[in-house]
Amino acid sequence: MEAPIRAREILGFTLLSLLFFVCRSSPSHNLLISNAERRIDLSSHIVKVYLTLKVENAGSTPTSEILLAFPPTQVDHLATVEALVTKGKRKKTTIVHLDVKPTELPDAPNETKYFTIYLANPLNSGESTTLEVLYLFTHSLEPFPAEIGQSESQLVFYRDSALILSPYHIKQQTTFLKAPSTKVESFTRVEPTNRAGTEMKYGPYEDRPSYSFSPILIHFENNSPFPVVEELVREVEISHWGNLQVTEQYTLVHGGARHKGVFSRVDYQSRPSLNGVSSLRYLLARLPPRVHSVYYRDEIGNISSSHLRTDSRKSELEIEPRYPLFGGWKATFLIGYGLPLQDFLFESSDDRRYLNFTFGCPLLDTVVDKLTVKVVLPEGSKDPSAVVPFPVEQHFETKYSYLDVVGRTVVVMEKKNLVPVHNSHFQVYYTFKPMFMLAEPLMLTTAFFLFFVACVAYLHIDLSIPSMSPRNLPKFRLKYHSPPEIPQITPRHTATFVCRRLPPSVLTLHHPTAGGGCHLISHLTIGPPPCCIMLSLLLLSNSHSLEILVEHLFVAPSP
Amino acid sequence: MTTVTNMPLSDLLKSFKLKTKQQELLIRVSILCLVYILAFITRLFSVLRYESMIHEFDPYFNYRTTLYLTQNGFYDFWNWFDYESWYPLGRIVGGTLYPGLMVTAVLIYRILHFLRFAVHIREVCVLTAPFFASNTTLVAYFFGKEIWDTGAGLVAAILIAICPGYISRSVAGSYDNEGVAIFALLFTFYLFVKAVNTGSLAWSLASAFGYFYMVSAWGGYVFIINLIPLYVLVLLITGRYSMRLYVAYNCMYVLGMLLAMQIRFVGFQHVQSGEHMAAMGVFFLMQVFYFLDWVKHMLSDTKLFQAFLRITVTCAVVVGTIALGLGMLSGYISPWTGRFYSLLDPTYAKDHIPIIASVSEHQPTAWSSFMFDYHILLFLFPAGLYFCFKRLSDATIFIVMYGLTSMYFAGVMVRLILVATPAVCLISAIAVSATVKNLTVLLRSKNKGVLTGSTKGSSSSRASSKALLDQSQPFQKNGAIALLFGAFYLLSKYATHCTWVTSEAYSSPSIVLAARGAHGNRVIFDDYREAYFWLRQNTPVDAKVMSWWDYGYQITAMGNRTVIVDNNTWNNTHIATVGRALSSYEDEAIEIMRSLDVDYVLVVFGGVTGYSSDDINKFLWMVRIGGGVFPVIKEPDYLVNGEYRVDKGAAPKMLNCLMYKLCYYRFGEMLTEYGKPPGYDRARGVEIGNKDIKLEHLEEAFTTSNWIVRIYKVKPPNNRW
Repeated sequence: MEAPIRAREILGFTLLSLLFFVCRSSPSHNLLISNAERRIDLSSHIVKVYLTLKVENAGSTPTSEILLAFPPTQVDHLATVEALVTKGKRKKTTIVHLDVKPTELPDAPNETKYFTIYLANPLNSGESTTLEVLYLFTHSLEPFPAEIGQSESQLVFYRDSALILSPYHIKQQTTFLKAPSTKVESFTRVEPTNRAGTEMKYGPYEDRPSYSFSPILIHFENNSPFPVVEELVREVEISHWGNLQVTEQYTLVHGGARHKGVFSRVDYQSRPSLNGVSSLRYLLARLPPRVHSVYYRDEIGNISSSHLRTDSRKSELEIEPRYPLFGGWKATFLIGYGLPLQDFLFESSDDRRYLNFTFGCPLLDTVVDKLTVKVVLPEGSKDPSAVVPFPVEQHFETKYSYLDVVGRTVVVMEKKNLVPVHNSHFQVYYTFKPMFMLAEPLMLTTAFFLFFVACVAYLHIDLSIPSMSPRNLPKFRLKYHSPPEIPQITPRHTATFVCRRLPPSVLTLHHPTAGGGCHLISHLTIGPPPCCIMLSLLLLSNSHSLEILVEHLFVAPSP
Repeated sequence: MTTVTNMPLSDLLKSFKLKTKQQELLIRVSILCLVYILAFITRLFSVLRYESMIHEFDPYFNYRTTLYLTQNGFYDFWNWFDYESWYPLGRIVGGTLYPGLMVTAVLIYRILHFLRFAVHIREVCVLTAPFFASNTTLVAYFFGKEIWDTGAGLVAAILIAICPGYISRSVAGSYDNEGVAIFALLFTFYLFVKAVNTGSLAWSLASAFGYFYMVSAWGGYVFIINLIPLYVLVLLITGRYSMRLYVAYNCMYVLGMLLAMQIRFVGFQHVQSGEHMAAMGVFFLMQVFYFLDWVKHMLSDTKLFQAFLRITVTCAVVVGTIALGLGMLSGYISPWTGRFYSLLDPTYAKDHIPIIASVSEHQPTAWSSFMFDYHILLFLFPAGLYFCFKRLSDATIFIVMYGLTSMYFAGVMVRLILVATPAVCLISAIAVSATVKNLTVLLRSKNKGVLTGSTKGSSSSRASSKALLDQSQPFQKNGAIALLFGAFYLLSKYATHCTWVTSEAYSSPSIVLAARGAHGNRVIFDDYREAYFWLRQNTPVDAKVMSWWDYGYQITAMGNRTVIVDNNTWNNTHIATVGRALSSYEDEAIEIMRSLDVDYVLVVFGGVTGYSSDDINKFLWMVRIGGGVFPVIKEPDYLVNGEYRVDKGAAPKMLNCLMYKLCYYRFGEMLTEYGKPPGYDRARGVEIGNKDIKLEHLEEAFTTSNWIVRIYKVKPPNNRW
């Protein structure tokens, strides 16, 4: 069942592509490259290619689009493509950056990928212009052998083509490759090929048709460490109280040849020039000027091996991982620092605020596989929007920090495969009312105020449940005159009777009765002589007159 | 003009002027607040000197479990089976730990997050111990108030806030059970004394809950459950039995026991273990007493009562003994554990349980460490006892008993100084407070006497007698002033001593070592973390690491790798196996390591830096513990004439055992000190005896920058063809 379906699909595709082929106007035949020079710098693990093209319009129609072609294996590692044109002569030259955009062409041979350079002024027929193109590859040096011991040096392969892949006819081209040292094990020869010191020259080659390709392989020593940040999360938190807090979380790996076998500290310490030459001993991070409260730590605590050098233009943080990184070894760490807000936060003309900050990774000479930049806006800010000079993935999150109620809006931007060229500025615009700054202090003051009010209230309000025990009832003190007689209490709340020379602690009150809406509880307390007899009365009605009749006051004989 | 404005102002001031009682309250509350803050900030030396980090060994396990609790919730924590330790046995964590500390920390963490304080759990853990130390000062105040007066309470709060004996276990970062347990211990005692003093059910209920918290936090609860019955027994013997005591003890014991059974690690020990039987015996004795009291009340004939008393007491004792004997014989009641024995008899552990004796904090206490931890309290303690005996009450009897028993235990084990500290502080506070009070009363009364004497002159006979008194007064007054100054001097010395001890001795995290460099600068040795982090990042996730048990908790917490043994020394045989592997020859050791699936071996070595608590210095204990289970390992094989040495004169077995090889591998090429031969061991001050070490089955995987931690990888077996 499946086979016919697939056959039908293939037929459909073929028809479709045929259709496109017919419909498409092909610009490639109008242009040709009269001279091309390519310089490939292989000294670090980021491969830099400088391409100088002299483009001529041989066709009849003016065109403003020039195509660059890359084989699919290289496109995956391509970090950035830039193109520029120099104008003017001698000292009055100006550099004009041109737009470069990835383009899909349907009839690309062998899945070739294209980038289009858009010229500022269309190239008229017969005219020519010189373009300077820079593009960078990451992860393009393949270590061979893939595993090395501590004392061995790191050898790598670089694969490319001796001829520049181009959809245009190239009249003359030369390629220069620069290795980091003179130790080049082998390189493919495509005559004419020359080697002088660290440089290899391929060409010049004359009159090569479009899509010419001639694979070359260079095997050479590259002992520079390959610091690769697998993942970097940068969090920029804006506080309108004047601080910008940056936290960067790194997962660093040495991307070179994997370490094999023994790590001997005694060799590493005593013969550093022979041992672990490709190991990553330290990294340099370039931070903005006026940086303060810098810290460098990981999951298990502070890392004490870091140095900060500051001057008025820049700050440099030199960090050493806890241990030297050999090929394949990993380290995760965290760098945090504070920055003065006025250097980065500005007010735009339409009353919005915007943050102007660098996008990339502050570590020098590092490849970042995946970068996430999070901008945490202050609580209460609205309408956030980000402006980034290159395409990134964007979304929003909410974060709760100290004393947040509604949470802070976080602008999250993600990009893959970054090189230091991407350290350009981006902007995040938002609106913010300064009133929100007061929310948290006010909240705190209110909380403290309420706490103290509660304290005062607690001290002044009796919260105990009134129990029916006689202790809590209103007390009337009767002071009783000697000799004993039946007392008549005048309608007063406190009737006092003085009792003298009674034998202490042997008084007993028998059957007292009370009238006039009162109930007398036979609870009697006897104080020390001169004795006071305490009678507890429970007032049943709110009567002002009170009459108590004590029937018997029995004085027991002392034993 | 001024007078007009002054009048209302002075009125206003007058209206603000507090009554004496209010003034006293204000002063007391502010002193307590200051003490509360002081107790907290004096423990922050370690954070300021180093960083906010967890210290020592055990706290790393507590931190790891707390992290687990925050991430997975209580039920997962309770049912947690930890595969990462005691490989291949594993550990049932929920059933073998005291969860009080972790639950407390997580509770604080949750509350802070509820109040929108976005703190990390690590910060909470680091600051838990200082926070509870602050709370302990409050409890000490109330306890002192209960047993003596508010003055003694205040002094006790101040003394305990800075007492080094307590600070040693409660500095920031010392996230250990003791941190909260001392608070719980003192709180339980306070509530119990309060319950005895008032006879109130509410207080004894509170003390039962205090006891529950203590049980959930620390194994030292056994001290409570034995001290309180002992105290009750003493009260019964001294004829101080009362209804208050009956209510307090019964409620506290029954409820406390039931609550304690909820902790899985404790379980039914309250009815099944020999250590808890004293409490149960006293509980039954209380019932007998109550019954006798009732009978005595009913019977008027004293002779008949005497006979009855004799019969009942004999019966009760016989029944109790038979029950205990039956329980012991049938195995229902377990006998006392070795740890308990070693507490009562200091020499027991050395002969029978080397693993307990090997821990430095289980050693008998030296006088110097008493002096170091208590300073003047050591002299004030007997004085306080004198005052307590002078004004004997239920409460003072309690504190006297607490002080004396805990002082005994503090003498047996260094770490138990901690338990004695609150008692010592309280009793010393009584001494200070009573003395100062007596002296000030003397001074004040004299002032009055002098005043009256001068105004009245020498007209009457009374006045002349007063004048006579006055003549003896100047001497007394001067003496009192001198004594007051002396007390002030001593107390200020105490304060400076405490600060010095805290900053110098008790505030280093022991993970990070600091030393002075040649130019007086501070050098940091962060080798432990370097090694653990290397393990965490660059070894397979399921790698098993063998090391001596001291480092087990740290490897699992910081290195996140499986260990064979760790600081929870529950399986002596397993530890002995590791000890045997480390003290055998390499080819014998490899068999043991293969049988344990070991991938990496970690040793700690101080020969380069002069760090003395390394594995070579601990090695004899490994031999002893290994030899305790496997008689193949004999301690004399490693000694030369009873002497332990690593230089050329060392025993041949010593020079070739695995531990020696791993520590000194390629150390012979290393120049450590100027003017000394290569391979000079700075920790022991000798040149090593075996410089040509070859490893057959292991290879060096990582050595830290100062050589303190060395990690070796076990090579896979060779191909057979």
